[in-house]
Amino acid sequence: MADQKSKLIQLISNMEEEPAVSLAKEMLDSGYNPLTLLAHCREAMEIVGKRYEKGEYFLPELMLAGEMLSAIGNMAKPLINTGEGPGQGKTAGTVLMGTVHGDLHDIGKNIVTFMLDINGFSVVDIGIDVPVDTFIDNIKEHNPQVIALSGFLTLAFDSMKETVEAIEAAGLRQGRKIMIGGGQVDESIRLHTGADAFGLNAMDAVNLCKGWLPA
Amino acid sequence: MTMEPKRTDAASGKSPATLYAEREQRIFDAIALKTPDRLPTILFSHFWVGHYSGMTCRQTMYDYAGLKAAMIKAVRDLEPDSYYPGQNMMAFGPTMDILDYRQLEWPGSRGLADDVPFQYLDREYMTAKEYDEYLLDPTGFMLHRYLPRVANGFKAMELLPQYPSVLHTRILMSVQAYANPAVREMFQTLIRAGEEMQKMLASADEMVVELNEMGFPLGNHATSHAPFDVASDYLRGSKGAMLDMFRHKDKLAAILERITQIIPANAIATADRNKGKYIFFPLHWGLDGFMSPVQFKTYYWPPLRQVMMTMIEQGYIPQVLWEGDCTSRLEVIKDLPPGKAVYMFERTDMKKAKQILGDTVCIRGNVPVSVLITGSVQDTKDAVKKLFNDCGDGGGFILDGGVGIPDEAKHENVIAMFETAKELTY
Repeated sequence: MADQKSKLIQLISNMEEEPAVSLAKEMLDSGYNPLTLLAHCREAMEIVGKRYEKGEYFLPELMLAGEMLSAIGNMAKPLINTGEGPGQGKTAGTVLMGTVHGDLHDIGKNIVTFMLDINGFSVVDIGIDVPVDTFIDNIKEHNPQVIALSGFLTLAFDSMKETVEAIEAAGLRQGRKIMIGGGQVDESIRLHTGADAFGLNAMDAVNLCKGWLPA
Repeated sequence: MTMEPKRTDAASGKSPATLYAEREQRIFDAIALKTPDRLPTILFSHFWVGHYSGMTCRQTMYDYAGLKAAMIKAVRDLEPDSYYPGQNMMAFGPTMDILDYRQLEWPGSRGLADDVPFQYLDREYMTAKEYDEYLLDPTGFMLHRYLPRVANGFKAMELLPQYPSVLHTRILMSVQAYANPAVREMFQTLIRAGEEMQKMLASADEMVVELNEMGFPLGNHATSHAPFDVASDYLRGSKGAMLDMFRHKDKLAAILERITQIIPANAIATADRNKGKYIFFPLHWGLDGFMSPVQFKTYYWPPLRQVMMTMIEQGYIPQVLWEGDCTSRLEVIKDLPPGKAVYMFERTDMKKAKQILGDTVCIRGNVPVSVLITGSVQDTKDAVKKLFNDCGDGGGFILDGGVGIPDEAKHENVIAMFETAKELTY
């Protein structure tokens, strides 16, 4: 068992997709606990995240890691008894994530979502071109500690500003942090939007959240 | 706040022909890594030009006469040494409507507001299983598979004969496809789209002639691509191309080699049609953080360099927009013959770019978008002067915004940017 565990973690973290997925299938077929298997995957993802942080891995590796996690998750989840969830143990905090209105870009948002997820945050991803009211409704529904506004286009600066202002006007700002990210943001844009912080990449987002929500 | 442009060149009393020659020389000198008389500038803008004349993004995409007037107003007010024609970056609305184009969302189309720029839809336009089909016959793949996915107006291309396999009397039999009602309708649609595009291009050509006569040289004659971006943006989708580095690395390498051979032709033909040498390369996936240095040196740089060299060897001048921050790529991308290309940088450290590329490639950029959108006139002047100090030394530098002038830039800041450059003499 321990051999299988370390082998699986090694295969996933070394980007060996086919052997990793085959081994996971073999383990599940022979009755391996699906929740334990998903915990191994999470351990592998932590290694992937660290390698990304150190500049050894880049977006292609994160994409492939996400594919492996999804393939193994799809095999394991039907085997999990009701009441047990693969998301158990996520206690680091909730992040509401969306690309602001007018902007249809999603790659940056997806990568940040993935990195936050593997770092133990519960991420509610509400998609692209998200109207201000949808952010407000989701804050009320999910009560996130962090709100992440993504945008690639320069038009997103004003959409972010409007979203931040609306959150404030709705009385939902207090006790939460707002971060912005995307291709062209910097400190001037942070000031323009009224957000608490900005990030240039997925690790910035993870570090901001870790700073705000210490484990 | 409004700020009236000073138009100091026009006030100099020099003839348009003299001003044209001076401007053209300024850009030539910068590219050849020589010292021009003053800091050269280029007006490269998408929707800002329309905004400057009170047009929405949608109007800019649909109103040819309005865009032409807006371009002329912006160029006359700012007096750049060169400019990009806005038409071939924006005025596609009517043609896209006729073709029922599917690769972009644009203002007024499927749900985007009128004053939002068009956006490319990053999707899988070629599946992983279709690599072999493309590699065997790229033209056949483009006709039968790709074009019908890009626009519904091309849908009936699927019904056209499989030409490489049709020969002798079978050629005669195959023409029955052209009588198919769907094919007839498609050709009628394509003729209408073609006529519309000719109207648009005629308007652009008229503008270029008028601006020439006013003393302003055209600064862009065609657009091309990095082969990896073709594979990523236009064929496999960004996710597909990234995964293919692991799942289909041999096929990805093979298709990049094929694209490298194929891709220069259209840009060269377009540049020739426009009687110029400047070929623009907007790059998307080569920046720091997206792929590893090894992946960059394997998949991105060698095919891109080969495409650029094909053009350089025939006398064309690549203008390569390195989006994002490419500081870590500088040593690699230095590998070009000196004085034959322009590198435009968005967030790359310009001081380092000058240090590393100063004797090889003219650099261009990069007044930050945040300054142009949220800063003051003084902030803008300071940013221009800082750039001149950081990388203007000895020439080889052209002033521009990070990715040109951002759509939402304050008018007075853009005016200040160009006026400040005119004061910065060597």
